[in-house]
Amino acid sequence: MASSAAVPFWRAAGMTYITYSNICANLVRNCLKEPFKAEALSREKVHFSISKWADGKPEKPILRSDTPGV
Amino acid sequence: MFRQASRLLSRSVAAGSSKSATARAFSTEVPSTIDSTFVESWKKVAPNMDPPQTPSSFMKPRPSTASSIPTKLTVNFVLPYASELSGKEVDMVIIPATTGQMGVLPGHVPTIAELKPGIMSVHEGTDVKKYFVSSGFAFLHANSVADIIAVEAVPLENIDPSQVQKGLSEFTQKLASAATDLEKAEAQIGVEVHSAMNAALTG
Repeated sequence: MASSAAVPFWRAAGMTYITYSNICANLVRNCLKEPFKAEALSREKVHFSISKWADGKPEKPILRSDTPGV
Repeated sequence: MFRQASRLLSRSVAAGSSKSATARAFSTEVPSTIDSTFVESWKKVAPNMDPPQTPSSFMKPRPSTASSIPTKLTVNFVLPYASELSGKEVDMVIIPATTGQMGVLPGHVPTIAELKPGIMSVHEGTDVKKYFVSSGFAFLHANSVADIIAVEAVPLENIDPSQVQKGLSEFTQKLASAATDLEKAEAQIGVEVHSAMNAALTG
């Protein structure tokens, strides 16, 4: 049951706490001095490769990344 | 339970090869901290399986609440990628709770506080270490232990003031031109985080 208590503005806009805190963390990381900035951003990179299986054999893997250009 | 299976299997093979090992009980590896009545009833139901290991068999119990207030506050400050402070004894921490800056001294009433972007300072004698935390939670326990978790925390001197100014003007502009509720909220977060950083650097 949803509570009728006052909610933060980001919650009212449909964001979850995770979304909100990740946005906050990203903004802080982007305001760091070098070399801390590069270090913090590289720590957050996520990539993974997917390969579908057909006829018992893996197909060519596709590399997915949330950071553009990687 | 099945993660124990390979260990049990390998042990029974080893027991078969050496004669002296047959006398060894199967449950010797269970720490004695486990509730004995639970172990008894477990053995009745599943005599061939080790009782499950619970978190309390891996973790040290929290120190109990002393009757007199200790002189130091024990702080655990944890980030997803690092443990900044672990069991460090300090005089005071000031945390940026959503309800306002909160000074935490030893003997603070137990509280859970949500953190907003802002300065967290750790006071140790005359030594003050300032961090900028993005968001997180602080758990203040009755035994003068404070667990502070944050998604991102950086020493204040690592923040670039020119980037903060740039971001602040960028997001103020975005807030004015935002069309949807979500865009507006994102811009609002941007403004809040950057003004908090700006206030932290100037004030």
